[in-house]
Amino acid sequence: MNKNIDVIENPVLKVEDLCIAYNKSDSKYAVKNVNVTVKKNSITAIMGPSGCGKSTMLRAINRMHELYPDIKTEGKIYLNGENIMKMDTIQLRRKIGMVFQRPNPFPTMSIYDNVIAGYKLNGIRIKKSERDDIVERSLTNVALWDEVKDSLHKKGTFLSGGQQQRLCIARSIAFQPDVILLDEPTSALDPIATSKVEDLLVELQKDYTIVLVTHNMSQAARISEYSMFMYLGDLVEYGKTDMMFTNPRNKKTEEYLTGKFG
Amino acid sequence: MSTEKSSIDLTKNNTYRSVKDKVFLWTVIVISIITISPIVMIIGKLVWKGFRQINFSFFTAVTPSTFEAMTAVANGEIIPGGIVNGITGTLLLVLMASLIAIPVGIIIGLFLYENPGKRYADLIRNLSDILQGVPSIVLGLIAYLWVVKNITQGYSALAGSVALAIMMLPLIIRSTEETMKMIPGTLKEAGLALGVPYYKVIIKVLIPSGISGLSTGVLLAISRILGETAPLMLTTLGNPMINWDVTAPTSAVPLLIWDFYNDPNMVDLIWSSSLFLMGFVLTLNIISKRISAKSKA
Repeated sequence: MNKNIDVIENPVLKVEDLCIAYNKSDSKYAVKNVNVTVKKNSITAIMGPSGCGKSTMLRAINRMHELYPDIKTEGKIYLNGENIMKMDTIQLRRKIGMVFQRPNPFPTMSIYDNVIAGYKLNGIRIKKSERDDIVERSLTNVALWDEVKDSLHKKGTFLSGGQQQRLCIARSIAFQPDVILLDEPTSALDPIATSKVEDLLVELQKDYTIVLVTHNMSQAARISEYSMFMYLGDLVEYGKTDMMFTNPRNKKTEEYLTGKFG
Repeated sequence: MSTEKSSIDLTKNNTYRSVKDKVFLWTVIVISIITISPIVMIIGKLVWKGFRQINFSFFTAVTPSTFEAMTAVANGEIIPGGIVNGITGTLLLVLMASLIAIPVGIIIGLFLYENPGKRYADLIRNLSDILQGVPSIVLGLIAYLWVVKNITQGYSALAGSVALAIMMLPLIIRSTEETMKMIPGTLKEAGLALGVPYYKVIIKVLIPSGISGLSTGVLLAISRILGETAPLMLTTLGNPMINWDVTAPTSAVPLLIWDFYNDPNMVDLIWSSSLFLMGFVLTLNIISKRISAKSKA
């Protein structure tokens, strides 16, 4: 067992020997033998320099890689003790929501429809009152309700970038997933919008487990409880964020956090 | 001193540059006038020669007989009758060709988009490009062999529609594939990340997002086949009456233009029919441009 990697009791997510390669015939791995456990109802940040495999690892958790047949994924990931590789991807992705780097609301749908897109696209029929409740609750959770309650039937693409990103978060929590994965959610946003999204994530961790990829180590320091540091596909260090930032156990982590490279 | 020198250089340079600029500007203006003059002259000629025949009966009456036209011309009157048999025929042919080509073309286009780099998809893409280069008269011959000889046992609107549908296919396939490629991949991922099955993502997210591109492609394909004459000569033959029966010979506007050309008494009708056809195609083009401009805004 690697002494630089903490182990959490009763984790929501447990990753075992995860290896990912972008080319099936190649043995060049973008993620190498990662073993990690994620704590329930907390924010876990994955940080590291570009190309270290942080997004690649995140996207393995909801099996997004299966879209691209060349990508090879090995190892096991457990969600509440259940192996996700054996789950139906449709059920899995309803339990593990995802928010992308660039806000991507559905351009043909209104704000209202974007929030309940998960129900609408899946053809799940629910009562109008229930739908209204879901929309109001999700938008309130992302602190967008007051800003858009009078224009719910306008197109989602009319919102500003930060509002769009919060709309996308609302869309992913409408299904009440167990885990929300965020892939650099603020890298396309200005500082004010970024801080709104960060405040929102801190609020959301009461109800959801959040795994966040970030390029920005100060963001990890601001909001995350646990942090992973990845470098060239290896998980170098994993532990409490404040411990890692004040007293890194690995030399590479220390160099990254003090800005020697990255 | 140095400033003085550099300012002199600049002025010198400026005159040279402004001359160069003017020469280039005028060259561009002249060349662009040469480029657009054919279309202006074509439309001008059609309007000038054709507008006299455009009246109410032009859109409501069938083609006149040679005798009626000859009498009218001899008396210095405008030719009676119209081209409604051609208009309805064209509508019938385009409708049927679209019914065949649009679903097939869009499905194949989606298939090509979903399977980039696969050998089978590449083969289909290349074949569709080759299909686009097949002369339309050859498609007419093929439709004659397939449909006229074997299915309808005689000249028919169906045979013409098949020939036109084959012409539309490569255009729709290409425009569907290109449209789908323009849609950001993150939209597909966003749909899948919500636990939506793949086929529902395609039907409910990707196609609605690309609907303007798809309809532009379809409209351009339709305007491409509207003026086709050669394949129709071999398949639908022509009909002096309004016909809605797909197994019977049918007229079409371009076929009527050819008929009028061969009849010295009907010369005036050539121009008005051409004006109508041109206006129709132009309208479709403008609509499709509007749609694509609106979607970009």
